[in-house]
Amino acid sequence: MAEEPVGCAKPTGAVIGEDAASPDKSMDKPKEGESTMVMARVGGKAPDFQAPAYHKGKFITIKLSGDFTFV
Amino acid sequence: MLSVSTDSTFVHKIWEEEELSKMTKSGIPWPMVADGAGNLGRVYGVYDEGNGVNIRGRFLIDPDGVIQAMEVLTPPVGRKVEETIRQVHAFQLVRKTKGAEACPAGWEPGKPTLKPGPDLVGKVWKVWQPE
Repeated sequence: MAEEPVGCAKPTGAVIGEDAASPDKSMDKPKEGESTMVMARVGGKAPDFQAPAYHKGKFITIKLSGDFTFV
Repeated sequence: MLSVSTDSTFVHKIWEEEELSKMTKSGIPWPMVADGAGNLGRVYGVYDEGNGVNIRGRFLIDPDGVIQAMEVLTPPVGRKVEETIRQVHAFQLVRKTKGAEACPAGWEPGKPTLKPGPDLVGKVWKVWQPE
């Protein structure tokens, strides 16, 4: 959870991992209307993401698979 | 634990400092994640495209990264944290017993669990009754 520099941009989060299987997109275009996103569902793997966050006075970047804490 | 909304980290900072820290003694101890573009909300099924916001959703993810429970409500009604905690206790018990025990409807910590198997089929009434 590294601290992030503050700028004027409005940073947002992104889902990660979905493009790993297909580095050359022109060779493997998804059909029209077909989604490559893995949707969240019970019993399935939680879609991983990386996103900016505010935490105890600091602006940080958090990654679900890396910074996750358990109860 | 973490929270996610379409508000920016700047909004989260002011919300925490000016309001939330006055509702709880310790303030908000978990990271408040910014999802301004709705990228997270879309894959978790809570992003409202028309209004540009994430609607109320709660997801319980186990140590293997598997979603065990989700609860999504339309805006006018809030969730109940005690119910979330009950489910966390139930999933922890199921995980600890490697599925040998299950938690029936209305289960609370300390109450009897079910032991799924051939002996239980048709005999649930002997060990569990609805309240």
